[in-house]
Amino acid sequence: MASAGPARAIVTRKLNLWYGTFQALFDVDLAVRAGIITSMIGPSGCGKSTFLRSINRINERLGYVRTTGSIEVMERDVYAPEVELLQVRKLVGMVFQRPNPLPLSIRDNILFGHRLHRGSQKVTRSREDEILESALTQVLLWDTVKDHLDRPAVDLSLEEQQKLCIARLLPVKPTVLLMDEPCSALDPKGTEAVEELIWELRGDYTILIVTHNMAQARRASEECIFMLLGRVIEHTATEDMFVAPVRQETADYIEGRYG
Amino acid sequence: MFEATELNRKNQKTERLWRLLFLMMTVLLILPVLIILGVLIYHGGPMITIDFLFTEPTNGMTAGGILPALVGTVWLVAVALLVSVPIGIAAALYLSEYAADNWLTRSINLAIINLAGVPSIVHALFGVGAFVLFFRFGTSILAASLTLAIMTLPVVIVATRESLQAVPHAFREACWNMGASRWQTIRHVVLPNSVSGILTGVILEVSRTAGETAPIMFTGAAFFLPFLPQSVFDQTMAMSLHLFVISTQVPGVPENLPFGVALVLISMVLAMNALSIAFRMVLRGRKKW
Ligand SMILES: Nc1ncnc2c1ncn2[C@@H]1O[C@H](COP(=O)(O)OP(=O)(O)O)[C@@H](O)[C@H]1O
Ligand SMILES: [Mg+2]
Repeated sequence: MASAGPARAIVTRKLNLWYGTFQALFDVDLAVRAGIITSMIGPSGCGKSTFLRSINRINERLGYVRTTGSIEVMERDVYAPEVELLQVRKLVGMVFQRPNPLPLSIRDNILFGHRLHRGSQKVTRSREDEILESALTQVLLWDTVKDHLDRPAVDLSLEEQQKLCIARLLPVKPTVLLMDEPCSALDPKGTEAVEELIWELRGDYTILIVTHNMAQARRASEECIFMLLGRVIEHTATEDMFVAPVRQETADYIEGRYG
Repeated sequence: MFEATELNRKNQKTERLWRLLFLMMTVLLILPVLIILGVLIYHGGPMITIDFLFTEPTNGMTAGGILPALVGTVWLVAVALLVSVPIGIAAALYLSEYAADNWLTRSINLAIINLAGVPSIVHALFGVGAFVLFFRFGTSILAASLTLAIMTLPVVIVATRESLQAVPHAFREACWNMGASRWQTIRHVVLPNSVSGILTGVILEVSRTAGETAPIMFTGAAFFLPFLPQSVFDQTMAMSLHLFVISTQVPGVPENLPFGVALVLISMVLAMNALSIAFRMVLRGRKKW
């Protein structure tokens, strides 16, 4: 998939964002490579979530948010007037810090997005079952839940819920997956399992993952972005960043000097 | 080493004192309600027979039953519900799910809360001006019910909005992030998870209108009209006004009669409340978070 499409999945130019009068992003110029895992690190409040939430334009629901600059996803400007917001959201899936399964069965959670986007087109039960199995298999959850697909999704463990939240994005075939600290509500074992899953998805999707966990960024990503106070300080291959950071701020953060 | 110290004992004493105070307040609150119910049942209970419920008043309303008033109140409340519930829910959905959170929305919300506090006599006069005279509905069930509907609209909106806001925001975000439109989000996630609260709130609020007298007095309720209404353009008797009339306006009413009418009226309201609570329990059982 990555080989056919553009080399850069997300490109921002001079992206500035204000919450009212408070500026949260300053001239963010980024190019996220397609088909790989990029991690985003930086102290709390530096604008990582804000950045993610502007890519799929979920931020603009807040009436007081203003952005300037441009964001392109797969070489298309997401703020262009002819852009249909719902198509952007379909292409750009998002996973949150706290798993947020819908209060529906496991099956209905996974098929939710697919049902939204297929209109009045009829889909057979067996086709739905295929979609279900494929999505759950991709997130390594199929064997655990295949015998109780009609149970409420909220009865799953947090780790399983988070996997489900990733799985339900897949049937609408997104190209970009944004993950905002997807493991921070999980225990170490759950974190490991979800990390493993993210690694499995690599190649099929462009993944941008925010994390507080430096070890995780190091283990689970190929490129790494370091942000500080609303600006991108450094963006390089992960190993370079952790072995030989160019900027002093990066080095300080990695060594734990910002807490 | 675990014995109570002087300080512990003092704390315990204060603790007991506060507890007692709050308990007394609760009793004070419940007592009048129990007394009212007791008196009503004691005096009114023996009045209530099948005949009482299903015949017309006779002898200048000093004897006979209450059928026209009973049926009239059901008409008035039902038509009012039919008007105020759809409009109220739609308005609440707009305010909570569509409208941007800005000063305009906030002032509208504030206005709605304040509207709920407008005295019912003011609504009554508005109803006369708007529905009876301007729209030429005359004094009729329609005019009276519309007046009741206007009066209950704010509380319907507030009750609905509260139920909508009780649905976790994370559910909405989950939907939007999968590319669901506002309406799809409402239809598949917000409404199914708030419908029990909406219905309960709405029924609780609206059942109170069964007892309102002022708004219907000038707009559609009749002093004495021993026929059942045939359409919304007829006038009708109503329980609340009937109770007022036989208690204060008609000489020679047997002492127990008003108690009987009051007991039936209060039972109607309580029955609606019981219904709404049953509703909630059934729907709550199906809720999945
Ligand atoms: N909805 C909001 N309204 C106002 N300010 C916000 C909002 N969300 C975030 N901020 C502010 O923007 C800055 C960046 O926040 P955020 O993107 O959540 O940081 P991070 O995810 O890196 O911890 C913070 O200073 C935060 O207080
Ligand atoms: Mg964040």
